[in-house]
Amino acid sequence: MIETLLTPLHYDYMLRAIGVSALIGGVCAFLSCFITLKGWSLMGDALSHSVVPGVALAYYAGLPFAAGAFVTGLLAAVGMGFVKAKTRLREDAVIGVVFTAFFAAGLLLISLYPSQIDLRSIIFGNILGIADSDVWQIVIISVVTLLVLGFKWRDLLLYCFDANQARALGLNTTVLHFTLLTLLSATAVAALQTVGACLVVAMLVTPGATAYLLTDRFGKMIGIATAMGTGTSIVGAYASYFFDGSTGGCIVTLQTLLFVAALVFGPKHGLLAARARRRQAAEGRA
Amino acid sequence: MIAATAELSIDVADVTVSYPNGHVALHEASFHLGGGSICALVGVNGSGKSTLFKAIMGIVVPAAGVVRIAGRPVREALKQNIVAYVPQAEEVDWSFPVSVWDVVLMGRYGYMNFLRIPRAEDKRIAEESLRRVGMLEYRDRQIGELSGGQRKRVFLARALAQRGRVILLDEPFTGVDVTTEAAIIALLRELRDEGHIMLVSTHNLGSVPEFCDHVVLINRTVLAAGPTQEVFTEENLLRAFGGVLRHFRFDESTVQKHDGRAVTLLTDDERPLVFGKGGHVEYSKREGREDVIRKRAEDEEDK
Repeated sequence: MIETLLTPLHYDYMLRAIGVSALIGGVCAFLSCFITLKGWSLMGDALSHSVVPGVALAYYAGLPFAAGAFVTGLLAAVGMGFVKAKTRLREDAVIGVVFTAFFAAGLLLISLYPSQIDLRSIIFGNILGIADSDVWQIVIISVVTLLVLGFKWRDLLLYCFDANQARALGLNTTVLHFTLLTLLSATAVAALQTVGACLVVAMLVTPGATAYLLTDRFGKMIGIATAMGTGTSIVGAYASYFFDGSTGGCIVTLQTLLFVAALVFGPKHGLLAARARRRQAAEGRA
Repeated sequence: MIAATAELSIDVADVTVSYPNGHVALHEASFHLGGGSICALVGVNGSGKSTLFKAIMGIVVPAAGVVRIAGRPVREALKQNIVAYVPQAEEVDWSFPVSVWDVVLMGRYGYMNFLRIPRAEDKRIAEESLRRVGMLEYRDRQIGELSGGQRKRVFLARALAQRGRVILLDEPFTGVDVTTEAAIIALLRELRDEGHIMLVSTHNLGSVPEFCDHVVLINRTVLAAGPTQEVFTEENLLRAFGGVLRHFRFDESTVQKHDGRAVTLLTDDERPLVFGKGGHVEYSKREGREDVIRKRAEDEEDK
């Protein structure tokens, strides 16, 4: 029995997949706290799709995929900002138009030159077959992201909470805005490898959203989210060996299960707690 | 903080602000405020009150004209923590996972190092600021667990902790109980006596003459600015509000036994509720209320 459970750990590719997933899961979860509080979940989804043409172009040009992805991701973000400022469209419409345009361009590129890139691995991720160079890119992105968040989380938190106050204190909010946007693009690129473009947004939202249901303190929120992101990534990658199923699917399903648990059983903001409070209020009145 | 010798002032000179969509929110607005004053910023919705705030906080850059604070450009003044801001209640996400203590410490960021780790001095000032607004015992509460008045006091404490000498308050009395309103006004007066400038955007016309020594009337530009008794006149207010103000003219109302000289009650957003001498509701128009007047006259005679 134990022999069976340990089998995946005998394979180098499994160990590597679990390690990389854990790293990227933790980093995404840390960032997800800011993303959910800033209300940028849709933006995360948009950016994770917008990086696809960049990945394709980088492969053709023989550049690191992260570089290409990063450029198109930021281009999309700037594009959205531009269209929003210059038109009367609402933000959701702008995001919808711009990110699908980028995603479509990516699909088109890949389908025109199919021999060089596996579309499936971009859309659904392929952590089990990840190349060494890609691992290094993910590690570098993760370390840089962790450093920036570690040093600047208080400024970013203030920017998410009260941008006007940040400005009144003389902080450069434009820089903070683009820092957050850059981190979002960078981690979206890294997570692409693990869970694929379609599910990146889950890694960048679900842990933060779950933690938000469980606590009223930002410090705890980061702790819960990061633990959840890392834990589900390890377990998901490991479990996918037995199911022979998609790693990304496993990780995100686990995260969703935890989210549902928090939604129902959360001590303060959960559905059961709310019902108990309502009942108590009703009895108090009777 | 700026040196005590530097003259504190706000100078808005011919400021024009237009937005990317071409809308001109403010046109050649000018006024001057010296240290030690509480100034009301009064105007209808969309008159450019918040745009003026944004210009003073450097959030929008005027297309023409300049704002100078204590004789410096806005950006420089902000770097020196001169300008503090108390936001409108609707602008704040009250379910945000921060405690009262976290919010007040945010006022100290400008004094902290790169990592924004509070020193003993920052904590002492934050604590002192919370005590001054009477919120120290709530320091560990999440901000959403507070009442409207308490929330306002926390953000005031943040402005105090910042040691801002120009404090911008956006609608400080909305959703605030009467006791807290009085406490806030008392605090603003103390700050005025310490030489601060408070610029208060408000709808609450009735409270303006009670505690503001200066008034800036605004409607896309500055219509009038100066000491309250000179500027806050019926004529100027009607100019600022056009037909938007609700009137309650006593001589036209159901209030009886006025001596013929008009007493006018003006209010911006809400219709005033007036109770007469007998304790009953008064209506703003006599027409159609003849029965009410007759009944009251009979009641008077019965006594």
